[in-house]
Amino acid sequence: MFNQSHVNIVIIGHVDHGKSTLIGRLLLDTNSLPKEKLSEIKRVSRELGAESELAFLTDQLREEREQNRTIDTTQTFFKTRKRNYVIIDAPGHAEFIKNMITGASLAQAAILIIDAQEGIREQSRRHAYIIKLLGIEKVITVLNKMDLVNYAEEKFRELKNESGQLLNNLGITPSSILPISAKEGENISLPSAKMRWHKGPCLLDALDSLKPDKKPRGGNFRFCVQDNYEINGEKITVGRVSSGKIRLGQEVVILPSLKQVKVNSIRVFGKQLKQAEEGENIGLTFAPVLSAGRGTVIASLKGIPRTAGFFKANIFWLSQEPLTIGKPMILRCTTQEVGCVVQKIEKRIDSALAEGIIETDAKGLKTNEAGVVILKTQAPLVMEEFFAQEELGKFILESGYNLCAAGTIKEVLA
Amino acid sequence: MNYLDELENKTIYIIREAYARFRNIALLWSIGKDSTSLLWITRKAFFGKIPFPVIHIDTSFKFREIYAFRDAYAKKWGLDLMISKNELALKEGMRPEKDKFACCNALKTAALKLTIKQRNLKALLLAIRRDEHGIRAKERYFSPRTVDFIWNYQDQPAEIWELYKSKLESEQHFRIHPMLHWTEVDIWRYIQREKIPVVGLYFAKNGRRYRSIGCETCCLPVASNADTVAKIIKELETTNESERSGRAQDKENIYTMQKLRSLGYM
Repeated sequence: MFNQSHVNIVIIGHVDHGKSTLIGRLLLDTNSLPKEKLSEIKRVSRELGAESELAFLTDQLREEREQNRTIDTTQTFFKTRKRNYVIIDAPGHAEFIKNMITGASLAQAAILIIDAQEGIREQSRRHAYIIKLLGIEKVITVLNKMDLVNYAEEKFRELKNESGQLLNNLGITPSSILPISAKEGENISLPSAKMRWHKGPCLLDALDSLKPDKKPRGGNFRFCVQDNYEINGEKITVGRVSSGKIRLGQEVVILPSLKQVKVNSIRVFGKQLKQAEEGENIGLTFAPVLSAGRGTVIASLKGIPRTAGFFKANIFWLSQEPLTIGKPMILRCTTQEVGCVVQKIEKRIDSALAEGIIETDAKGLKTNEAGVVILKTQAPLVMEEFFAQEELGKFILESGYNLCAAGTIKEVLA
Repeated sequence: MNYLDELENKTIYIIREAYARFRNIALLWSIGKDSTSLLWITRKAFFGKIPFPVIHIDTSFKFREIYAFRDAYAKKWGLDLMISKNELALKEGMRPEKDKFACCNALKTAALKLTIKQRNLKALLLAIRRDEHGIRAKERYFSPRTVDFIWNYQDQPAEIWELYKSKLESEQHFRIHPMLHWTEVDIWRYIQREKIPVVGLYFAKNGRRYRSIGCETCCLPVASNADTVAKIIKELETTNESERSGRAQDKENIYTMQKLRSLGYM
């Protein structure tokens, strides 16, 4: 969902390329800082013997400030004349990728920041790969630290091509590529006098001109059952409309059983609705009365999603324990939960490397590696291909108590 | 769907996930504006009747208005209200004047520990928000705590899309934060839209009002003439003061909040 009045943006890029500093700069230049915050930053910086660190505005943990690195993702808020932003900071170190994904999965758009002196590095590539996997298509690239390369147009052009190429290879077209200096505040809220050669917008204008996805809202009705409540002796099935619309009296199909029923009532507290749409949490009752447990999917008769147990997926492996073929895991997709194994690893990918694919028909995946894999579930799963319907096309894999991978469904096989 | 509807719907989804996953949960109600809004939305999520207890951690130093509000609305909304109090520490004379850090720890954190143990609760719903404090901004929606309440902020679990972690290792519990994505002004706009009752301390009298409420001993009012919800919203749209500037816990040392929270403070 991309609401015109509020946008969540994640800042991604390699360690020390200036993610937290850029956030500090955006807060400062949009007047979004409480006054005692600024004096706190000055005091802490002095105590640590550093010059005033804009990054400390988001690096709030003592360990982060003392080690001068972001450990966990965080969020801050600012406002332009046009709309409200939530800015998500993501750590740049490879060891904190799970925190980076946590932050990025809440975003609708991304700023990829690249140090103009250092150029594209491992986490620039890996982070770009991850946002593509998560389905984020709106990206602004900023080439930071232009002050360290004397605001040279030539340097900008060279990196503009390279970074454009990096995103194009992933199938992302950046909305804009801009030269900035977060530390000096150049080309952030106003065009930079030091880079008159730059004809494009400053960063805040580029942000304000990001447009919602073209993907139409709507589509076929999907509802994933969360729970059943008994209210005044009546059983109500609760969940959220993940796409489309539902109307009172409409015929729907219950999956995976394929039973067909009529929607008898649509409930919210104190009201009965005639219809409900995408994003609404509602309660439903059916005729004939029906028990639809957690994990059941309810869909419109038109365009029924597949029920399958065998599919091809893109996954990103986060666990410290390697993935091996046949390792028993739990797959969670919306409220569905089912045992599964990886049967084949068609491609093993190190997304930090320019060459990407490092092995075909691999035996396993290590931490932070990605793969194109064939998965088999123990019981049928209601699913859709990610590009067609995101909610039923994305999943996580768990083993023991922990999440080990995030994935998206590429192709339903059988 | 407008922005407040989006915020509310995300919150309802999280509350229902928590209940579906654990059943044995409770809501922490400080009687402040945030947890009263959470309570309001929780009532909506369960069609008016919350199927689990609502806990008030009572330090015995709260404002009189807070107690009066609690008792009136607990009755009106038919809540299963549980009062959580560290009687032993109070008997031994724990007071904020002695040591604020020790007092918060004993009368809030330790009291809550007792209640969780007594009721064998698996998860607690709390109304913290990311914009309140930099440390809270680092939180997850589903955040595990050890039996000793320790928050391992340096190694938090991944949380992707809305597929929240829900498997507990033995003796752990989850802190669940359904309001994490709301801001202070969002809360007030929601209170205005829904006509949610709040404690009168938030409204200006004689040029001062409380922006954040807790123990009478440790909260200071801010200068303000905002005596209606509409005026509060207007004030927040332009203020340069942070919300918790009147709260003692945040002031003693810049890392006090980090330390309190790592030990299980809310």
